[in-house]
Amino acid sequence: MDPLKDDPYFDIRNFSLSINKSKILKNITVKIPQNRITVIIGPSGCGKSTLLNSMNRLIDLSEDLETSGSILLKGYDIFDPMVDITELRRKVGSISQTPNPLPMSIFDNVAYGLKIHGIQDKAITMSTVESCLNKVGLWEEVKMRLDAPASTLSIGQQQRLCIARALAVEPEALLCDEATSALDPISAHQIESELLLLKNNYTIVFVTHILRQAKRLADYVVFVYLGEIVEYGPADTFFTEPKDPRTKAYIEGTFG
Amino acid sequence: MKRKSMEEYFFKILMVVSILIVLGGILSVIFTVVLKGVSALSLSMLIESPHGGYYLGGGGGILNAILGSLYLACGAIILSITLSLPVAMSLHQSTMKSRYVEYIRTSLDIACGIPTIIYGAVVFTIMVFIGARSSLFWGMITVAIFILPIMIRSIDEIMLQTPKKIKIAAFALGSTRTEMLSVVVKQSFPGIVTAILLAFGRGIGDAASILFTAGYSDSLPTSLFEPVATLPLAILFQISSPYPVVQQRAYASGLILLVIVLTASIASRVLSKKFMKYVVK
Amino acid sequence: MERGSLDRWSIRFMSIIAFLTSLIAIIIAIVLMWKSFPLLQISTIQEIVLGSIWQPLAGGFGFFPFIMGTIWVTLLAMGIAIPLGLFSAIFLAEYSPGHIRESIKPLIDLLAGIPSVLFGLWGILVIVPWVRDTIAPMWGVSTTGYCVLTGGIVLSIMVLPLIISLSDELFRTVPLDIKKASLALGATKWQTVKYVLFRKTYPGLLAAIILGFSRAFGETMAVLMVVGNVAKVPTSVFDPAYPLTALIANNYGEMLSIPLFDSAIMMAALILFIIVVIFNILSKLLLIRIQKAV
Repeated sequence: MDPLKDDPYFDIRNFSLSINKSKILKNITVKIPQNRITVIIGPSGCGKSTLLNSMNRLIDLSEDLETSGSILLKGYDIFDPMVDITELRRKVGSISQTPNPLPMSIFDNVAYGLKIHGIQDKAITMSTVESCLNKVGLWEEVKMRLDAPASTLSIGQQQRLCIARALAVEPEALLCDEATSALDPISAHQIESELLLLKNNYTIVFVTHILRQAKRLADYVVFVYLGEIVEYGPADTFFTEPKDPRTKAYIEGTFG
Repeated sequence: MKRKSMEEYFFKILMVVSILIVLGGILSVIFTVVLKGVSALSLSMLIESPHGGYYLGGGGGILNAILGSLYLACGAIILSITLSLPVAMSLHQSTMKSRYVEYIRTSLDIACGIPTIIYGAVVFTIMVFIGARSSLFWGMITVAIFILPIMIRSIDEIMLQTPKKIKIAAFALGSTRTEMLSVVVKQSFPGIVTAILLAFGRGIGDAASILFTAGYSDSLPTSLFEPVATLPLAILFQISSPYPVVQQRAYASGLILLVIVLTASIASRVLSKKFMKYVVK
Repeated sequence: MERGSLDRWSIRFMSIIAFLTSLIAIIIAIVLMWKSFPLLQISTIQEIVLGSIWQPLAGGFGFFPFIMGTIWVTLLAMGIAIPLGLFSAIFLAEYSPGHIRESIKPLIDLLAGIPSVLFGLWGILVIVPWVRDTIAPMWGVSTTGYCVLTGGIVLSIMVLPLIISLSDELFRTVPLDIKKASLALGATKWQTVKYVLFRKTYPGLLAAIILGFSRAFGETMAVLMVVGNVAKVPTSVFDPAYPLTALIANNYGEMLSIPLFDSAIMMAALILFIIVVIFNILSKLLLIRIQKAV
């Protein structure tokens, strides 16, 4: 439990959220440790993605949003009005369930983040793009056609491209919302391997409804049910000795 | 039983007849202008200005009108696109629905439906009020104004087709609204090209708007603030002439206008395909 | 924070321009009303709209002949275009094989792009003689050919592409499942069209037709060239007419020399504006109702 006590990356305190007057998250209190993979599990529609999207304030794009409580990123409340959202989102990258390449070439997709955050130098851009594509194992596959439209890649490649794109701006955290659900098993496996390598340098929060995936990836597990945190803790004890009966039922497949 | 199939047969005939009449009409219009126009077309029509007495059967051509129309339409389109693109973008700055955006769309739709003769009348009124003379400049302004709502809504409709996930991807990487909008523009680019070229076709062919705002002249366009000849008006004047020779030339002028409009239409299809490369489906 | 303030300023700028463009229709209305107001000082609205005396030099400004001219030509044009357009659209959407549809649709789009002066030329060359030499004698009438009928025919072909493409799009939004269900119960294709397709699309078709009317009311050049331009209420389709648009277009030149003439012309423009905007709004309201129902 040590990494949780000292210096969590996200410290979420009594965070509630409603959209269009309906409450989606209720009094969420949880700590997300640095440089580990924290997996959020739970049945569909219970608020996992909403919680995830709150951590980089992509949730701001929703209708009629009301929040209370706070989400602290290394001590600073990300909902503070003085916060620069573009910088927050640079620090906290996000990967969606279905790959969303931008309407540009493979190279430009990865370079996009650099461009908007002010990096003009061509040499730096080139080397960053190459190293990020390498980190996701795409470089060898695409280096001969960096100009090709990103939409010509296979779905698995596109998703890895999205990860490379997120890495290019040197984030501190990566939020993954069911990032492998839309992929074939081989691509899914590739991405899981990459995440396991990346976790040493990035705080990764991964939402999934596949328990086996959670077991493969997690250092810490958070169980969200009906908008509330039911239980959270280190992965080994979580799966073997769940404390809450609901957790036990979910893990055993009784519901969800 | 029999009645059902007789009914079906009857209406099928009606439908085929209808479509044949429509197609016949289209082909009739095009072929009339082409065939009649070709017979009266000559090189001098294209490269010369009207000589004195042109409208009475004298020599010369309508280069003044051809150039005038091209300058006017290009100027109007340039003016219009510099405003349409930002306005269309502003309608898409958020991912949420907005009543204000709907209000703007509705008022633009109403403006799209206003006949061009009214645009011409209103601009002319303003011109009289400030003491301006009809000229190439005012013609451009009038066409730019009536084209504006049309172009904005066309581009707006294209942008509405942008998959939401692209906007989210841009935001997730830390884009500002303006940066996200330039990604949307990239995605919409082929549609924007089409919108511009089709607007050009509409602008160059419209006579009602420039009837009193652009004036007319027999000389080549040289200045922004002088009256300018335009193809639609050249056609109108020539067909109204009592001399058959001049009337024939109206058809040749019509052919020239048709060719310009068709070229813009074809170019829009070809160019938009060329720009489809990076568009995400 | 330079990026942030750049973003705020550019969004602000774009929003201001957007607001200004939304005022176009309102500004036009204001200018028209301001200019036509003087006419109301000497004439009542009743005299203007229902009066038939058009003698500007004598101060007679009755717009009734022009309003009727517009109505006659537009009604005729829509009377031709609606059935032709709907049946053509049904053909394209439901009956035609893919390749035929693919070759016809571009032609219809082509028609939509042809400038109205060219329709006028065609009208003069083809329709005017046809009406004068073939159709009118069939009814025992003699006419110059520059009449309501010619105007209606020319106008109808100009409105057809709009009706066809809107209706075709509407028909294609009806889900395949519903059509299959009808056919599976033994209905013929036409019965499916009649009972299923029309029922689902008739609000949209109505909106499209209203839009077509609006377009037809506002058409100027082609109609002006073939309709005769005589300021009398038409009594038959073979009579000439003088629609509001033609009135405005033809009289700008003399407008400033005769007192109150410019007000009268702007009044004509105002009447036209009001009619067109009402129809446009009706069409929009219908569309909103449809969207709400979906």
